[in-house]
Amino acid sequence: MAKLRPEDLDKIAERMRKAVSLRDGAGRAKVTVHMGTCGIAAGARKIMTALIRCVDESVVKDVILTTSGCAGLCSREPMMTVELAGQAPVKYVDLTEDRIPRIFTEHVVNGKIVAEYALAVGSEQTL
Amino acid sequence: MKTYRTHLMLCAGTGCVSNGAYRIKAALERELAKHYLQEEVAVVMTGCNGFCAQGPVMIVQPEGIFYQLLTDEAVPHLVEEHFLKGRPVERLMYTPPEAKTPVPRMSDIGFFRKQRLIALRNRGLIDPEKIEEYIARGGYRALAKALTSMRREEIVEEIKKSGLRGRGGAGFPTGLKWELTAKQPGDEKFIVCNGDEGDPGAFMDRSIVESDPHSVLEGMLIGARAMGASHGFVYIRQEYPLALERLNLALRQARDYGLLGTDILGTGFDFDISVHRGAGAFVCGEETSLIGSLEGRPPEPRIRPPFPAESGVRGKPTCINNVETWATVAEIISRGAEWFSRIGTETSKGTKVFSLVGKVKNTGLVEVPMGITLREMVYEIGGGIEGDRKFKAVQTGGPSGGCIPASLLDLPIDYERLTEAGAIMGSGGMIVMDEDNCMVDVARYFLEFLRDESCGKCTACREGVDVMYQIVSDICAGKGAEEHIPLLEELGQAVKDGSMCALGGTAPNPVMSTLRYFRDEYEAHIKEHRCPAGVCKALITFRIDPEKCKACLVCNKNCPQEAISGEKKKPQKIDPEKCVKCGVCRDMCKFEAVTVQ
Repeated sequence: MAKLRPEDLDKIAERMRKAVSLRDGAGRAKVTVHMGTCGIAAGARKIMTALIRCVDESVVKDVILTTSGCAGLCSREPMMTVELAGQAPVKYVDLTEDRIPRIFTEHVVNGKIVAEYALAVGSEQTL
Repeated sequence: MKTYRTHLMLCAGTGCVSNGAYRIKAALERELAKHYLQEEVAVVMTGCNGFCAQGPVMIVQPEGIFYQLLTDEAVPHLVEEHFLKGRPVERLMYTPPEAKTPVPRMSDIGFFRKQRLIALRNRGLIDPEKIEEYIARGGYRALAKALTSMRREEIVEEIKKSGLRGRGGAGFPTGLKWELTAKQPGDEKFIVCNGDEGDPGAFMDRSIVESDPHSVLEGMLIGARAMGASHGFVYIRQEYPLALERLNLALRQARDYGLLGTDILGTGFDFDISVHRGAGAFVCGEETSLIGSLEGRPPEPRIRPPFPAESGVRGKPTCINNVETWATVAEIISRGAEWFSRIGTETSKGTKVFSLVGKVKNTGLVEVPMGITLREMVYEIGGGIEGDRKFKAVQTGGPSGGCIPASLLDLPIDYERLTEAGAIMGSGGMIVMDEDNCMVDVARYFLEFLRDESCGKCTACREGVDVMYQIVSDICAGKGAEEHIPLLEELGQAVKDGSMCALGGTAPNPVMSTLRYFRDEYEAHIKEHRCPAGVCKALITFRIDPEKCKACLVCNKNCPQEAISGEKKKPQKIDPEKCVKCGVCRDMCKFEAVTVQ
């Protein structure tokens, strides 16, 4: 292994940043893929794989990918919810793997909602 | 590093490992693979998380959900529900003693909320076996700063200004110690990391080395640079196998990266560290004894001066700091002395790690700002007394410490306040006691430990502690006399005055502090032949209350002495001749019919 120079520390840190920022629980965006039985049957697992690939290839690393249960609109699965820090959540429906890179680049990274695939902004009222 | 969506931070501290953490790891990996999640969810083994009472514990990131008391059987359900379907499993979450519903997020749990982590900054966040993860969280940056942009005197000055004091027990200002060593002439100097944690119930040093070994190495490197030391030793107990393994691995990784050895970070600075395994003598916590042991001599303290800063290992200038002290250094250099000195009290800066054990609901390892009150420690972090019994005292500072009573619960914790109260900070052991603890018996326990651990060099300590032990044992056995109390006080002073090192100097503390605050318990033992807490066997009798006894015969069947008799459906009786006061009947009785007098 090569001996380190002071500037190499930053390079290692950069390479590891994804792992570490994930553990801080903070990020610019949280993307939730709904994994109810309906979602999984409709292909939600593939959506998650596509999202992981996007994060992997992107320079933007502070995106939290998580799963949750059925979003209630089973006929429009697979679904996912994109929440940018400080903004209302946006639900996307009828997803396919090839739609993911566009949503990721336009919405998650650049903050512009992809209206074609979006269902609604906001979420249901809860107690 | 590969991208995952979730990291499962599974605790691999000694406590969780002995509760099956590696079995849980295998089960998690098996179940994740079953659902083809192994590419999405990573299992990361971390150092001690601190909440040992609830182990094995695991934190799911990025959500920060805290799972506890994990079992192999629970894993398949957990993986399918949470990691596949995204439904966190409430059953495995932590329910605070005072609440009814589980609290999922770690930051909402009282035990963690009051904590502020400096020495333990990476605990549970990194894999201690991967140097890259330490670097990713800012590791070795302070070293780079110290080597490239600070003069040696500036480093010493920064530590002095921070107000950091030795975390091993005595609380000597670290910066001053560094300055003394730095000023010594000659180019052969040594630094030592004291990891000979000997207090019963204390495990903060072990935990730091297990969860973040590089933080200790980085602190030592910075210290070596500041003081001009060429070599360092880590003196660590043989009884800490996991800490030893991770430490050796960390040393190898640091050498591979050129962070130890010659020309460190390309700056021309040379330094290396070797590990010395201690055989576990309490007296080795004392600097000059530790040096003796390091050199292969019997661990006996010697007269100071000369202080180790002038003549230590092999007669060369030596600076010895405790594990926790070293682990704090890098953070001070990174963030600055001013940041550090804003935390804590007037005389005690920063944070301190405590092992909180005894009769509290939440036991474990906690790091809190100096100045926090005992009440916050016991009731907020500790969650209150187990079984909602009455709080009696907190024992701090290990065998050389003392007991602090309920009337001083609002005492802010720092070096001076604890000393004024007759206890010491020590290495940070904190044992909480309730009304069922007999304070005379507690003093007897610590004296027994110290009597064994006295190295025997000073007569006052060797003989005095033994005589004190005999007297306190006699009091516990119901053979106390009224003149024993003044005799104990006199002996205590003599042992304190006539001992060379801190072991003897503080050995009378357990007796002195219990006499100060719980004299009535000693008097009850001596004058009334009564143990108010119901602990000292010679002074208690077990009795079954005929009003409460439901004649279930559980006590009768379980008494190892067959001392309980009685007819079916009638209240049972204990034969005091046969009873050995083991307490089995009391523990088993569901109706609280067994009473102690």
